[in-house]
Amino acid sequence: MDRFSWISSNTQLQAGELLVIQQRGLRIYDGENKTNFDNGNLMLTSHALIWEDEEQQDRRIRLGLELITRTEEHAAGFMKSAKIFLYLNPPLASKDPGPFSSSAFTYIKLSFRSGGHTEFHKLLEQQLQKKAWLQGKPKEVVAPRVHRRGPGIVGIERNLEEKSRATGKTITQAFKDLDALMEKAKEMVALADKFASKIEEKKGSITEDETILFKSYLLSVGISNPVTRETHGSGTTYHKELAKQLEIFLREQLKDAGGMMTLTDVYCRFNRARGMELVSPEDLVNASRQFESLNLPLRLRSFDSGVLVIQSSNHSDEEVIRDTREKLFSNKCLTADELSKILSLSVMLAKERLLVTEKAGKACRDDSVEGSKFYPNFFLETPVE
Amino acid sequence: MATKFEWPWHYKFPPFFTIQQNSDTRARQLDLWCNLVLAYYKHKKMYVFDVNEAQTSSLFFNKEINRKLPIEGINLVLETLQKRGNLEWKDKKGERGYIMWRKPEEWGSLIYQWIKDNAMTGTVCTLFELQHGDDTKNQEFHDIDMWMLKRALETLEVKNKAQMFEGPTPGDDSGLGVKFFS
Repeated sequence: MDRFSWISSNTQLQAGELLVIQQRGLRIYDGENKTNFDNGNLMLTSHALIWEDEEQQDRRIRLGLELITRTEEHAAGFMKSAKIFLYLNPPLASKDPGPFSSSAFTYIKLSFRSGGHTEFHKLLEQQLQKKAWLQGKPKEVVAPRVHRRGPGIVGIERNLEEKSRATGKTITQAFKDLDALMEKAKEMVALADKFASKIEEKKGSITEDETILFKSYLLSVGISNPVTRETHGSGTTYHKELAKQLEIFLREQLKDAGGMMTLTDVYCRFNRARGMELVSPEDLVNASRQFESLNLPLRLRSFDSGVLVIQSSNHSDEEVIRDTREKLFSNKCLTADELSKILSLSVMLAKERLLVTEKAGKACRDDSVEGSKFYPNFFLETPVE
Repeated sequence: MATKFEWPWHYKFPPFFTIQQNSDTRARQLDLWCNLVLAYYKHKKMYVFDVNEAQTSSLFFNKEINRKLPIEGINLVLETLQKRGNLEWKDKKGERGYIMWRKPEEWGSLIYQWIKDNAMTGTVCTLFELQHGDDTKNQEFHDIDMWMLKRALETLEVKNKAQMFEGPTPGDDSGLGVKFFS
């Protein structure tokens, strides 16, 4: 930034110097730092870059093109304007005074808040090639690209045309961003996986809350190449492929959920991870029915109450019953709600656990106006009298 | 009967008042209910069961834990009692019945044993004497229900150990006489 010099507003261009293009809405960064040159009109001439404040026209600075060693264009991102990086030579000793007497950076950034960077960059490169400042006279006359509006209908028409062109440009740019995002999606998933394994390694050094938070982020990153009807046709093949993908997707989550998830839960999570390619409930059920024939370690299970769940095939009811029985003994009695809190399960699954335990004769119930409570089965097991 | 009835542990166990879904559990639960009913009736020396009264009786309603066996549950208990031979309906509607905490045969042999112990075989006594006589005061069958007594003596008749006959006023059961055989 220390390479800039002040110039007065009425300074004429040097002999042979031509205005190439100008762009409004320019902010200059001193390396990584913001400066107060944040909203101006940047003019490119054959010899220099001139920035003038949008409000105070007399606030003008100039940078000779001879100082630029290299340029770099950075496309706009989400909430981020496009930028051109300019790498600079050290300032000349004979330099006129400027706004900065020194700088830690050897580069500046031009931030194009109103767009136009592509064109600007192209023309800047051209001028750097030409090195017009070395010659006394310009070789070529480049028409200044200042838009002049004519009077009358023609003026209005031109104005409209200009506007629609600008809109079109904005839209193209917006979609370009999306395309880029889609391209990055795969990498993102890979990255997320890597993070997940890192978390496993570092277990203990980060708090539980952070882990949970991070896992929830990962959950939303999703599936990179969802199986769709388009890719796998319809019918059984589709359901089979879907089942395979579901198995991979659920592997970790099911473990965390204690080996069992309601189908509704699976439906939400799966579709959330798929993003755009949503699966219908029917397809999910049909895919889940394929688990057994595909030898996948998952099973679709229907409880007596009609609740459908997906459980891992090594999930054993005996285990659940034993565990629930113990919980009943240690808590004296439990409602489904209370058990769900202890096990961090959904109330529905907690209730199923209690019912399974009751069915096995390891629990008994107390139905009253307060709801259903489950007790250890003292009818069949000797109580402590 | 000044002694207080001692409630079993399950009387304070809330699930006891909910008919259980699991069949094994339910069987055991009904068993416990039957035992409780019989123990309670025996303690109170009661013989007649009235379904309507039962619903407000503390037998089926534990105010302490605010749990009540619903009428379906009571009926299930009665059904089980009947199956076990501890209940006989008095009317066809199934509203009143006899709770037999001792079966007629047991009563019969109890009475017969007492007769033998007192060397009263061969003699005649009235049913009223057996029920309310001073001599039977310490016996379990003292104050026994007339219907129950007759059922008990009938079992002895079958074994040819006793014979009942009409008293002076037909229809007055307390005038009935009975003769015991050795």
